[in-house]
Amino acid sequence: MRSCAVEVEGLARHFGEREALDGVSISLAEGATLVVFGPNGAGKTTLLRVLAGLLRPHAGEVRVLGADLPQHAHAMRGRVGFIGHEPLLYRELTPRENLRFHARLQGVGDDRVEEVLGAVGIEGRAAEPLRSLSRGMVQRVAVARAALADPPLLLLDEPYANLDPAAVELLQPLIGRSADPARPRTRVICSHDPAGGLAEADAVLGLRAGRVALSSPAASTGAEEITELYR
Amino acid sequence: MHPMYGKGLRVLSIATVATMSVGLALVFFYAPLEEEQGFLQKIFYVHVPLAIVSLAGFIVGGLFAIAHLRTRDQRWDMRSYVAIHMSLIFGVGTLITGSIWAKGSWGHWWVWDEPTLVSYLIVFLLYVTYQPLRFAIEDPERQARYASVFAITAGAFVPLNFIAVRLSTAYVHPRVLGSTSNLPGPMALTFLVCLAAIALLYTTLCKYELTAKHARAQVRALRRQLSGERERAPERTRTAAPRLTAPHPSVGGGHS
Amino acid sequence: MSASAGATGTAAGATPRGTELQRAANAPRPQVPVLRTVGALMRKELLVELRTLESVPAMSLFSLTTFVVFHFALNRNVVEGDLAAGILWVTLLFAALLGMNRLFVADADQGGFDAFLLAPVDRSAMMLAKALTLLAYLVVFELVAVPAFGLLLLGPSLGHALPDLIGVLLLGDVGVAAIGTLVGAIAVRTRARDLLGPLLALPLFVPLVIGGARASSPLFGGGHAGAPAARWLLTMGLYDLVFGLIAYALFEFLLED
Repeated sequence: MRSCAVEVEGLARHFGEREALDGVSISLAEGATLVVFGPNGAGKTTLLRVLAGLLRPHAGEVRVLGADLPQHAHAMRGRVGFIGHEPLLYRELTPRENLRFHARLQGVGDDRVEEVLGAVGIEGRAAEPLRSLSRGMVQRVAVARAALADPPLLLLDEPYANLDPAAVELLQPLIGRSADPARPRTRVICSHDPAGGLAEADAVLGLRAGRVALSSPAASTGAEEITELYR
Repeated sequence: MHPMYGKGLRVLSIATVATMSVGLALVFFYAPLEEEQGFLQKIFYVHVPLAIVSLAGFIVGGLFAIAHLRTRDQRWDMRSYVAIHMSLIFGVGTLITGSIWAKGSWGHWWVWDEPTLVSYLIVFLLYVTYQPLRFAIEDPERQARYASVFAITAGAFVPLNFIAVRLSTAYVHPRVLGSTSNLPGPMALTFLVCLAAIALLYTTLCKYELTAKHARAQVRALRRQLSGERERAPERTRTAAPRLTAPHPSVGGGHS
Repeated sequence: MSASAGATGTAAGATPRGTELQRAANAPRPQVPVLRTVGALMRKELLVELRTLESVPAMSLFSLTTFVVFHFALNRNVVEGDLAAGILWVTLLFAALLGMNRLFVADADQGGFDAFLLAPVDRSAMMLAKALTLLAYLVVFELVAVPAFGLLLLGPSLGHALPDLIGVLLLGDVGVAAIGTLVGAIAVRTRARDLLGPLLALPLFVPLVIGGARASSPLFGGGHAGAPAARWLLTMGLYDLVFGLIAYALFEFLLED
């Protein structure tokens, strides 16, 4: 049996008196893909930020890639690729400059920068400042950034926002399911697209007002159960 | 949650009132009139203790802030807040009594060549930004953490600032009243009793505020439970004061 | 990490090399050395500053304009001694506030903090990098502002006093950089960030103004010309040390959430 890449038990996180997450439990095997559904404000982004070590959990146990959060968060840093609402890129810098900066922070060589630039199909515009690029282009650079260190865990908050279908296809080698069984890629994806999300998922988590409303294997989950979450 | 919070408050209050009464009696009936300044000099028994106690309160607030950053226990932030907040109130008293004294003895409401007074003003101006800083940060945890960083920095600033200002001021005025060592006996005794009275007053007021804050947190928690916990929208009023969120027994996840 | 290569390739198959790679992927990544991180951060700061020209040119222009304002406000063609030192230090500090206010804006607004927190780096590297950046801004800006001051307002020529003045300015810059980094990081994540920064920083700068102005006033002629008194240099040195350490120790608490 493969070990768990993400184990969460009874996770709670509040902002002041507002409960953003309450009693959330997840168990995700290495190499598996969990797709998280839920209406705006259900806690998806908070969950992803907790898993990325960007927010401290307030209660419960969180173990990511074998590291207990928040005490041992340093052990998982650099092994998690994160795509949030913000691209985490500097608008005044070019894609290449941005990625080189991130490569240095991640301890990755510049040759890898050129590799991911090519992989996201942005070589031609790698020398223009980011602010002059379209949102879809920026999203591609954000994907390249998250994939720089080829992390074993990807936390993706609506990764396909602003991307055309061809681009989604293009990015699969970087953030899709790993093609190499020896290097499994575990993924947690937040999505609003029931059909597309289900197609990618091994397991489905439905959040509503910070609590788990649905948790089941993707194979036995229907799209209507997911649309029900948004009602 | 904290059933013991009002404990000792009654004893403390009585001790404060008693010491203050004794102090006032000593000031008016025991301590001799100062030769040069006459009756006005008696403001010294209020002004200097106020200044000392509020400065000590600022520094204690910084120490509590260190405890907060180390433990992440929001009760330390609450204590730090109350200490600084109360010191600010005592600080207003210090500046007003200081001005009156300056006007009486030197004829001006403000004098720049009294280093202690000037340093005090600078410290006061720094701490005045404590509340606006808290108020400008919405997330309560971040507010508490940033406030603690401020409180520690400002706490270290207090002695440093006194050194710098003290150095910068030529010793124009003879500092007869600077320390207790050169005070005549009855004056020193009166001063010490007044200092104790003001320190007790400070402690009592802090304790009252802490007790009230905890009681309010408990009431809010109970009300939340009664009204079905999560259905009720959380209070959205912004506040500069820290808030204890009662129903989280394991805040911080139980690490050491 | 060269192990990360090959991610874009197709199925490599379960070669024996694969298990090795997997072990590498599961092991904690080695932390990037602090100096490398500081270098990467400063390089990025420099690139952004060169691209936007937001801080140093604004600070320099501000100081020039302020000298002109002082000329009219004081109705003096030349100043010396205490007055000269006061004008110089007030101008420098207010210009530093401009730089401080901009120091973290791009990181707060464009996710630089998050990116930094996700990386296997030492948290204090950001404090060091930002403080060194601000220090560099201050030095470059003073290369413009101080000669301009000598040209526009200062009565006695700077000449032989220049080495002493540079020393005093550097002592001041270190303290301003430490406090500016700490306060800038606090203020940038508050509402009214442009307001709170100066309000917090100015009182904190007072001991530096005292030390800096008193130390440099004998360099500007006037009544008691001579070398700066040691006690002012000591005051400034103590300030730099205390607040440098405090900023270093407390900075990481401003980063996490």
